[in-house]
Amino acid sequence: MSCPVIVENLSKLFTVAEKAGRVRRSKREVVAVDGISFEVGKGEIVGYLGPNGAGKSTTIKMLTGILTPTSGRVEVLGLVPVKERKKLARHIGVVFGQRSQLWWDLPLSDSFELLHHVYRTELGRHVSRRDQLVDLLDIGPQMSTPVRQLSLGQRMRGELIAALLHEPELVVLDEPTIGLDVVSKDRVRGFLHDMNNESGTTILLTTHDLGDVERLCERLLIIDEGHVIWDGALEEFRDRHAQVRTVVVDLVPGVDIPELSLARLVRSDGDRCWFEFNRRQATAATVIGELTSKVAIRDLSVDEAKIEDLVRALYEE
Amino acid sequence: MAGARLWRHLVGARVRSEWQYRASFFALFTASLLFSLTDFVAVVLVFEQVPSIADWSIAEVAFLYGTGVTAAALADATIGAVESVPDRIRLGTFDRLLVRPAPALLQIVGDDFALRRFGKVLQSAVILGVAIAAVDVEWTVARAAMIPLMIISGTSLFTSIWIVSNSVAFWFTDTREAANSVTYGGSYLSQYPLAVYGRWFRRLFAVAVPISFVNYLPALFVLQRPTDLGFAPWMRFASPLVALLALIVAAQVWALGIRHYRSTGS
Repeated sequence: MSCPVIVENLSKLFTVAEKAGRVRRSKREVVAVDGISFEVGKGEIVGYLGPNGAGKSTTIKMLTGILTPTSGRVEVLGLVPVKERKKLARHIGVVFGQRSQLWWDLPLSDSFELLHHVYRTELGRHVSRRDQLVDLLDIGPQMSTPVRQLSLGQRMRGELIAALLHEPELVVLDEPTIGLDVVSKDRVRGFLHDMNNESGTTILLTTHDLGDVERLCERLLIIDEGHVIWDGALEEFRDRHAQVRTVVVDLVPGVDIPELSLARLVRSDGDRCWFEFNRRQATAATVIGELTSKVAIRDLSVDEAKIEDLVRALYEE
Repeated sequence: MAGARLWRHLVGARVRSEWQYRASFFALFTASLLFSLTDFVAVVLVFEQVPSIADWSIAEVAFLYGTGVTAAALADATIGAVESVPDRIRLGTFDRLLVRPAPALLQIVGDDFALRRFGKVLQSAVILGVAIAAVDVEWTVARAAMIPLMIISGTSLFTSIWIVSNSVAFWFTDTREAANSVTYGGSYLSQYPLAVYGRWFRRLFAVAVPISFVNYLPALFVLQRPTDLGFAPWMRFASPLVALLALIVAAQVWALGIRHYRSTGS
């Protein structure tokens, strides 16, 4: 089978009307997405990143058939989204983290039942799928609570179930962990990870939370000003862009902080010191070797650069 | 039909939601009932001063009021929820509808259904009943049959007007007030004989917004009145056809609006 998502030279232009003088309006064209190409393979989890206004939402809207592309080709699950929107809708699940699709004043169970009618899923299948998801996301006790009374974490788990009830092959998640506390975030991430592992569901995830990316994505797709500026494995991204690593050392009390030729002292706090080194000039092993040959140490660890810092640096370039 | 079944489920959900705010529901229902009575009271007050308006008796005007407002209220009760379209577009919740495998319009009229809108149907139906009993007409099968027919056509016409005027939001945001002036304004127009309005105003509303076909023209037939104001006699029977055409136009405008929305976003 071909890839679930194929995007070729895709562009989207918006015409923005601006006030120019009292009555006159001038029109200005804004390129939201500028000739991007990528594919998402079956069973992949791809982290789709980019600063606000980079074109992420516009891309997602074109993938789901909400927006018509200005030019280029989109194919999702073998369908052209805009032309076969309703057919496609049966096979994709979409979570907009900031917009609920649940019925606000009704219990969760009612929302799920309504979606069974909206998607016209077979009743037996709907029930077993629902029970399975409710169990996995541990939301059973809240099934009869009106959605407006749920906590944000509970509601988000409800949103996930709502998007997955019809067993979509492709799931598009737009900031699924926004505003969640650490425990809720962890639960959502764990669930997505397991779902991908067990049923091979393809997941496209946009997020500003790099924790989501580190936990879930093997591949990173970064967009800025309408262009894809990175498409590749998360590890490779780290290798390519993370030049600086840090060795954190706890010295034996009373020992003087040593001078190293391979690494530079950046911070110290009591007996704890932070040494930075460039990964192209040294390895953790050589730095630790030099360190232990000069002083007695109690403990040490090596810190990788945070993806968050790397992505930020990339946007700023 | 699958669409009708989904509509029923969505409406059921909506009614259950409204039922959670019972006190507010009854307050709004009563308020809308009382409020809608005031415009008929206005009609009655006019007849306190004059014996007839443009040669129409109070019973005949009540018949116009009853048929016009019943049609408008039925349209409002079933499709009135489209007035949420401008807000949905502005807030971005319209997107949600497009990623589901059901028609957007069906989801909207199901989701935003409001039971309280039926208050006005009740009130205008009562006035229509009284008017039918009071008008001086030799009843025939054809005349009697015209009444349900004109209500169905009128409802369809108002439904079309509602859809078209709210579709404008696909092109221009913040159009709710403009839409209301056509939808509620149109229903208000149908409460009086057309002759009381100025000539250009009549023309505008005969052609651009076909209010005259809602009740005025078929009422001429039911009430055995001469065809006036430059209308042709056959037009008295044209309402169902005009209504059908209006529905087709409305469906096209809606589809065009969605297409435009999808090419521009919000």
